[in-house]
Amino acid sequence: MNYVKLFFSNRKSAVGVIIFLMFIAMAIFAPYIAPYSPTYMGFTALEGPSIKHLLGTTAVGQDIFSQVIWGSRMSLMVGIITGAIATTLSVIVGLTSGYVGGLTDDILMTITNIFLVIPGLPLIIIISAFIVVKGMWTIIFVISITGWAWGARTLRSQVLTLKDRDYVKASVVVGEKSSHIIFSDIFPNMMSLIVANFFGASVYAVLSEAGLEFLGLGNSSAVSWGTILYWAQNNQALLFGLWEWAAVPGLLIALLGMSFALMNFAVDEITNPRLRKR
Amino acid sequence: MKYIIKRIIFFLITAWAAVTINFILPRLMPGNPAEVMIAKFQGRLNPQAINALEIAFGINTKQNIFFQYIDYLGRMLTGNFGISVSFYPTTVAQVLSQAIPWTLGLAGISTVLAFTFGTLIGIGASWRRTSVSSGVIVPLSFFLNAMPYFWFALVVEYIFAFILGWFPLGGAYSSSSNLAGLPLIGSILYHAFLPGLTIVVTALGGWMLTMRNNMISVLSDDYITFAFAQGLPDKTVEYQYAARNAILPSFTGFAMAIGFVISGVLLTEIIFSYPGVGYLLYQAVLNIDYPLMQAIFLFITIAVLVANFIADIVYVFLDPRARSGGE
Repeated sequence: MNYVKLFFSNRKSAVGVIIFLMFIAMAIFAPYIAPYSPTYMGFTALEGPSIKHLLGTTAVGQDIFSQVIWGSRMSLMVGIITGAIATTLSVIVGLTSGYVGGLTDDILMTITNIFLVIPGLPLIIIISAFIVVKGMWTIIFVISITGWAWGARTLRSQVLTLKDRDYVKASVVVGEKSSHIIFSDIFPNMMSLIVANFFGASVYAVLSEAGLEFLGLGNSSAVSWGTILYWAQNNQALLFGLWEWAAVPGLLIALLGMSFALMNFAVDEITNPRLRKR
Repeated sequence: MKYIIKRIIFFLITAWAAVTINFILPRLMPGNPAEVMIAKFQGRLNPQAINALEIAFGINTKQNIFFQYIDYLGRMLTGNFGISVSFYPTTVAQVLSQAIPWTLGLAGISTVLAFTFGTLIGIGASWRRTSVSSGVIVPLSFFLNAMPYFWFALVVEYIFAFILGWFPLGGAYSSSSNLAGLPLIGSILYHAFLPGLTIVVTALGGWMLTMRNNMISVLSDDYITFAFAQGLPDKTVEYQYAARNAILPSFTGFAMAIGFVISGVLLTEIIFSYPGVGYLLYQAVLNIDYPLMQAIFLFITIAVLVANFIADIVYVFLDPRARSGGE
């Protein structure tokens, strides 16, 4: 409970959490908030904003406001699930590498560094281009396997410093099992870093998903912020003066990303007193 | 020297990994997707070209996978990336070589500018931590960091090119007249301004935050307190004492950051129809041109590796610990 209190006492994290909760609410209550079905195509096409259609309509006569509301589900799901998978991979690689050491460490760290250096977006693009089945799970898979490296490296260095602490050495001397040392001594002290890492991976996932869908590498018939932008660009929404069509989903992606980043930074501030404001 | 050799070995391993990813990917997928591509272009390519493509992607070949791989490595080493199916009969190498200078120019200059300004602002923000500037700059950089690159590019294009009409909507130079010499350079700079601005603004936030956090850590070190106690001028402590040490992690974190910058460049080029590698990649994706995609992926990886290598060399000059063999 103390953590929750601490989280809200920090202004950055409070703002981040509030924005995040608003999006969660938007996703859960989408059927009640959205006035129409996001896929219904019976309205007049390419209309500007009006009271009936708050953000106007698409080229095939869909209500953009309803699409934006429903689209929150996809972005949140991809962000959270990908964040969780990528973080799990980072934890497994980081812990193994740091704890086992030796040749295992060398091999795992070389692989990690390779993944760090190979630029993410081109790698994601080329993998998705070869996967014929398009959809949310393809996107989650591709972003997860490209997004774990940074976390693995930071977690490994944390393991290395923890391994040197006296209480861990004491456990070793007493003859505790490796599983006890890893899960009871080291793991709890890495929690804040893991949480921060999760938020960081989620930002990366939300942005990459939007980019992939924007390039037409997602499932373009799914309703998500990325695909709304894809259709807006393909129908030259901006040149028709329908700027709300492109502006709103992009702004929401930025807000969601920012809420993750704020929570990430707050965890940093809470655990690293040097960064706190004097 | 040991440090440099280590970096060279890493460079080679990574380049090899990128080539291998290219080799494995199409073969890993159920129902080799390259077959679909070849079927699609069947009527437009000559039999020789189809044969070459089949060999490259391991279709209808009796050669075992190991020899296919050796062949493949050999072709990559000699820069033989095959033909581009969407720009048939031009070779991939030719198509790519026309796009590379645009991207190198745009990405190179923007990265240097973003790094320089980001670092300077970061130093300033940490030094005057309680002032308004830092209170505005930090949240702003969060927003900039969380913003989809391509969307920001769209906004910039819409406002400055479409509504205000100050800059061209896209392209790399004016095609209407036969420009040469200075006017051509002017036209190129004029067209590169908005894409460059987009990249600098979006990339700046990351450098800034890193530098600010490094500075804050360094500023609480004892030697800084001692420097103040000696009565050294603020500027000397800020730049020659604190910033010099705080900038080191920015160089080691270069690998990660340059990847983000490159992603931004690719998407920005697509929005502004800038004839560089990113726009080419987009066209390759639209046309399912696998040979071109693979070559672009390889090129971008190598370019990032070279940039990293340069950052590593600079790091050796900046940090004596790297010179003496440690890491």
